[in-house]
Amino acid sequence: MPLIELKHVVGGYGGAPILNGVNMAIEKTDIGVIVGPNGAGKSTTLKAIFGLLKVTGGTIEFGGENIANSLPDKLVPKGLSFVPQEKNVFTSMTVEENLEMGAFTRPDDFSGTMEWVYEMFPVLREKRRQPAGELSGGQRQMVAMGRALMSKPSLLMLDEPSAGLSPRYVIEIFETIQRVNKEGVGILMVEQNARQALAFASKGFVLASGQNRFTGTGAELIADPEVAKSFLGG
Amino acid sequence: MTELVFFTNQVIISGLVLGCIYALGAIGITLIFGILRFAHFAHSELMTGGAFIAFLLASAFAAWGIVTPIPTGFVVLPIAMVLAAILALGIDKGFYAPLRKRGAKPVTLLIASIGVTLMIQGLIRLFFGAGSYSFFETEPKEVFRFDLASIGSTRPLVITEPQVLMILVTFVSVLALHFFLTRSRLGKAMRAMADNADLAQVSGINTALVVRVTWIIAGALGCMAGTMLALDVTLKPDLAFNIILPIFAAAIVGGLGQAYGAIAGGLLIGFAETLAVFNWTMVLRPLNAILPDWMQLPPTLALVPTEYKLTVAFVILVVTLLVRPTGIFKGASS
Amino acid sequence: MIQRSLTLFGGLFVLILLMGWVMGLPFTSSRLVEAAAYALIALGLNIQWGYGGLFNFGIMGFLMVGGAAVTFISFPVNPVFWAGEGPAMLGKALLAFAVGALIVLAARKSDRIGITGKWKTALTVLAWFIGYCLYRSQIDPAAAYIESAAGGGWIGGLGGHPVLGWLFGGVLAAGIAYIVGKICLGLRTDYLAIATIGISEIIRALIKNMDWLTRGTLTVSPIPWPTPLPQAFQASGMDGSTALLAARSGYLLLAVIVLAIVMWLISRAYAGPWGRMMRAIRDNHIAATSMGKNVTARQLEIFVFGSVLMGIGGAMLVSFVQIFDPSSYQPINHTFLIWVMVIVGGAGNNWGALFGAILLWLIWVISEPLSKAVFDFVSTWSTQFGWGAIPEIEARSAQMRVFVLGLVITIALRFAPRGLIPEVVKRER
Repeated sequence: MPLIELKHVVGGYGGAPILNGVNMAIEKTDIGVIVGPNGAGKSTTLKAIFGLLKVTGGTIEFGGENIANSLPDKLVPKGLSFVPQEKNVFTSMTVEENLEMGAFTRPDDFSGTMEWVYEMFPVLREKRRQPAGELSGGQRQMVAMGRALMSKPSLLMLDEPSAGLSPRYVIEIFETIQRVNKEGVGILMVEQNARQALAFASKGFVLASGQNRFTGTGAELIADPEVAKSFLGG
Repeated sequence: MTELVFFTNQVIISGLVLGCIYALGAIGITLIFGILRFAHFAHSELMTGGAFIAFLLASAFAAWGIVTPIPTGFVVLPIAMVLAAILALGIDKGFYAPLRKRGAKPVTLLIASIGVTLMIQGLIRLFFGAGSYSFFETEPKEVFRFDLASIGSTRPLVITEPQVLMILVTFVSVLALHFFLTRSRLGKAMRAMADNADLAQVSGINTALVVRVTWIIAGALGCMAGTMLALDVTLKPDLAFNIILPIFAAAIVGGLGQAYGAIAGGLLIGFAETLAVFNWTMVLRPLNAILPDWMQLPPTLALVPTEYKLTVAFVILVVTLLVRPTGIFKGASS
Repeated sequence: MIQRSLTLFGGLFVLILLMGWVMGLPFTSSRLVEAAAYALIALGLNIQWGYGGLFNFGIMGFLMVGGAAVTFISFPVNPVFWAGEGPAMLGKALLAFAVGALIVLAARKSDRIGITGKWKTALTVLAWFIGYCLYRSQIDPAAAYIESAAGGGWIGGLGGHPVLGWLFGGVLAAGIAYIVGKICLGLRTDYLAIATIGISEIIRALIKNMDWLTRGTLTVSPIPWPTPLPQAFQASGMDGSTALLAARSGYLLLAVIVLAIVMWLISRAYAGPWGRMMRAIRDNHIAATSMGKNVTARQLEIFVFGSVLMGIGGAMLVSFVQIFDPSSYQPINHTFLIWVMVIVGGAGNNWGALFGAILLWLIWVISEPLSKAVFDFVSTWSTQFGWGAIPEIEARSAQMRVFVLGLVITIALRFAPRGLIPEVVKRER
């Protein structure tokens, strides 16, 4: 049984649906990457899973249970976590407080998890008393990922984690994502740097007009001449 | 020395008392703004309503013959604060929550809060009439006079018992609020939501719970402010309605959304008001002996006439909005 | 849509007839004159909020300015003031004001001679202080003199025609709106609301306490009418009640003519290019800016236009009741009431604002006698049951209208957020 399975999901913000039947399945060991043109419904898919918009058709099964239209405060304890693309840190709060907010739903002691996050991002330990708003773009992205990992998720969803970062940081973030995956966290992410991301993806989904166009492993999609021509810029 | 004591009585004590009341009111307004993003006008009615709840409780205590060592108003304050918090939750559930659910703009909520102001104001007047009440009808208001002849003052230092308690209680509550916001998980969640409501939701923070806690704190502190104001002066239906603008001024001067800013802003406005109407001749009178005849001080030398006391807050407000709209503590600007 | 409006206005007409029948014609005719003035004020707010999306919570200030203006223009001349030293002293105060203003201006330009940064700020603050002291040093004795018996108590009026006073009310309100708008219109909505309330409170404090200019809490009366007074009709042989009715009808006619002219003018303007531009600015600030519209200038225009109507309406009310009493002005009665009128009627629609103004004014005035009747009824009932009568019915029913107003607005926001006669959204291509 896959960790998460989307079956023919239809949804939008009221009015005409943006998603017109999206299918997806991710295992715990997978790194899934969603690519596609602007307005294809990539970010919308993540938001639909996370209950941030209305799902009007299809099912989203997570751990064998339909979670369509559940709200984040119910989903986070179940093991889902989401890193939005923009404004993804609490700028006025310290790095450590940001991480604590990620563990808000956990009643147990989370100091072990925080240690784990600090080991993954040593620079955050150094800056833990600093307001997150004072950090650089790449460091903020680390805070955002760290925050999302604090709930010990089994599936981490990232919306364009490399957006606005310098090439050096893009590589670093992608490496971190693979490391997180090796620690047993399934990944589902939307990426603009499609070629780079598909290179390490175990599953790739090409969306267009709110529907799956191509599905396969990352390598398969890169190799497919049609995908390369239409969606990866030749 | 006499002059210094006079200054302390007239400016330091009154300014501090007024500042405490403004600060407690402004904290509620600033928290509600931070979390729910609208200017809550009906806060004045939470204050007045809270004061009337405390008054009813105090009257009940007096009727049952319970005698307390400190003014009954302070003894019943905790119970009144709980009831006021429930009232605040009820108002939110009844009037604001349905509008929020519909996705109404902050402006609509602001207008709704004026509707709530009118309704509560109408109800209070309906039940209590337009007259004023005193907490000290059955018990004396104790006044402490410290004779300072030893340091050469002919005037005593005067402070009333409610004023002493008021300053203490405000200090303790502000300290408690500080620890709540910086140490507790829920307090941090409140700051997180004020910082970035969408991200707070995504993090799994129970935003409905945070909203409830905000109303509880706002209602309780509002009740505290209203009751203490009523203890210092008298209780009347437009008790807080008249000072809601200085309180807004305090919140804006401190930076909307910033709890510490509200405290600083409250004290600032409180002192500014008392200093502006203070008659400097009373302090500078000894100078008359050395000044030449043509420069003698006039009998009243105040920056603004007493009638314009409340206007001072508005002027500060307007100047702040012009010069630094984010306030001293950089609150929400857009 | 049109049918709905006609039905609503028809209902309103029936309500007025009913009111005339139950409460009597003298009462009803008075209320109608006031309703016309309030309709004018509500139209002013509708221009600001409905058309422009500007949040003016300082309506009370503009009404007071209008009232003070009509008092000044139309009240008879005070010969004692003009014979005394008052005018000369006021002239000196004006001069001091001008000099003070010059000092402030000079300080603000001090960077020309090399004073910048903190020093300039300090100098500006000092200049404000000096200017303020200079003005106070002249105005305080002048005010004290004029307020004394020798000075005439206050400056009195000019003895002009009241309609001139209404116009002056509009002009004065426009001038103040211009200053307020210049200061505040850049602010975000809720800050604008609070800033305008603050300014209207400052205006109230000034008018209330500048006894030499407005007579403050001592109040001014009787202020003349623009139309013949009941006494004039009585002198020509009518009996008391007919004369009263005739005089009020005359005033009502004048008010309705003013209202009709204003309605016609703004409806025309709103249907034209000007109105389209206003809607564009309100609905999409950024797009309008990028299309090269000078948004701030247009908003200032709208703010001033709306305030003119408020000034005129405020002046009409004062002329009608013949007394200018600054302490009778309250934010609830003179700011919030107008807001409820516009929102319940339908912001953005002139007929909606007109309907809301008349309806709400009638509700406002009848809720007191109505609740008194209800209380009386309940009281007799409870007395029969031996629970005793409701105490102080008179005072309590007077407070009911505040509650009713709050109830109306909360219900409207919940169930008809766009008003009873909503704005007609035209699909423009």
